[in-house]
Amino acid sequence: MLNIAKIRNGLVIDHIRAGFGIRIFNWLGLDKAGVPVAFIVNAPSKEMGAKDMLKIDETIAIDYDVLGLIDHNITVNVIENEVITEKIHMTLPDRVENVLVCKNPRCITQVEKSAPQVFVLSDRTKGVYRCEYCDEARGEIDLR
Amino acid sequence: MLESRPKKEAPEDDRSRDHAIVPRGSTFRYFRRPPPPPPFLQFVIDAAHSGGFFFARAPNPQEDTMLKGRHLIGPRDFTVDELEGLFILARRMEEKPRDWLDAAKGMLLASLFFEPSTRTRLSFEAAMLRLGGSVIGFAEPGSSSAAKGESLADTIRTVSAYADVIAMRNPKEGAALLASRFSTSPVVNGGDGGHHHPTQTLTDLLTIRNIKGRTEGLTIGFCGDLKFGRTVHSLAQGLARYPGNRFILVSPPELRVPDFITKEVFEKEGIEYIETENFETALPQLDILYMTRVQKERFFNEEDYLRLKDSFILDGAKLRLAKTDLAVLHPLPRVNEIAVEVDSDPRAAYFAQVRYGMFARMALFASILGVA
Repeated sequence: MLNIAKIRNGLVIDHIRAGFGIRIFNWLGLDKAGVPVAFIVNAPSKEMGAKDMLKIDETIAIDYDVLGLIDHNITVNVIENEVITEKIHMTLPDRVENVLVCKNPRCITQVEKSAPQVFVLSDRTKGVYRCEYCDEARGEIDLR
Repeated sequence: MLESRPKKEAPEDDRSRDHAIVPRGSTFRYFRRPPPPPPFLQFVIDAAHSGGFFFARAPNPQEDTMLKGRHLIGPRDFTVDELEGLFILARRMEEKPRDWLDAAKGMLLASLFFEPSTRTRLSFEAAMLRLGGSVIGFAEPGSSSAAKGESLADTIRTVSAYADVIAMRNPKEGAALLASRFSTSPVVNGGDGGHHHPTQTLTDLLTIRNIKGRTEGLTIGFCGDLKFGRTVHSLAQGLARYPGNRFILVSPPELRVPDFITKEVFEKEGIEYIETENFETALPQLDILYMTRVQKERFFNEEDYLRLKDSFILDGAKLRLAKTDLAVLHPLPRVNEIAVEVDSDPRAAYFAQVRYGMFARMALFASILGVA
């Protein structure tokens, strides 16, 4: 069993679907953040079977909308003096701009590169976002 | 300890403020979200946004049905009441076309067709000319500055400086919405790829209303290319707003209606629909049959087009299975999906539909130009 030391003050991004941790790591630019980060993949989980986790050894501000977009089952635990003081659950933003990219080859955004990429939440229960221009649903890998 | 480390703030532009999302350009995608206001303050803010505590905004039918200066991009941009107003106006124009000869005198339509069209372009232009207005524009992208690589946004900024209204067709989906964001004049979507064609929907609804006397409580069959057929997507969304309508969708599996219609409109709004490949069993149930052409220009692969192009053909023998008061509509042009022998059947409504289309567009222009 792999052991990662507890963090004193910081954030634990938990319940990340296995395999998606690297995308969150990259999106948040944690390699450039200059704080110690533990990136755990395929951690055993009773609910999920396997999950990824990120432990950030400092409390930094995070764009929770983007985390919600990547996986709305994620929770973020805020740790102060080695105690969880807050559990933040993700919500899905109604509209996101220049975060997702439309992959529909017939969409106007494929040729008008200066146009903002706008996606609108069309089904909150299923987390479906559609391109505002062409109505195409975003795929799993459409994060910009 | 929060924020112990100096970090790069998100850029203070409109985008980050409006959407609380940091653009990809920032090195670290961190920023501090503003704390939510306390509940009482939120109540005050909400009340202010909705018109105040004591002076709630009363609905104003005059204002709510005003179409002057509005864009028409999708089939649901106008309310059912606003559509009804257009249909009544179109009927008045059809009855007394001479009364409208000078209505839009001195006004200019820019007819921008980035994709070939005969019927829609001529219908737009005829509508403007019959209102006494004038027309400028181009009929193919080769004769526009798009051929030189100009962006659509710049073309629209330029043209809207000249024209009072813009009618545009573009092969890319969402092009009309993008154009409306850059235009200072109203933009009318004349078709954006396989996406929407709302003035065809106006035409189709007006035709159904004039022939059947109603737009509700009908069984509507769509047949042919339901995947790329933008007229189908727009009309399905248009008819789904009226109570009691049900849909039978006849197509090969490869050309089924996309899920942004079936899932996001029909299922979300509890509207009955059936997807089938059996044309013969669908026909006797229909009040309206909307035939479509399998469009060669929507396929990336010629082989797929050749395999699917003759999937469903309406001929005299099949028409005998249908109700006597069926109305057959088609957005035209037809290739061979409706046999010529059907043209003489009183149920064939597709040429009457063309004429209604011109009056629908006249009513639309007169309304958005504010001369109705």
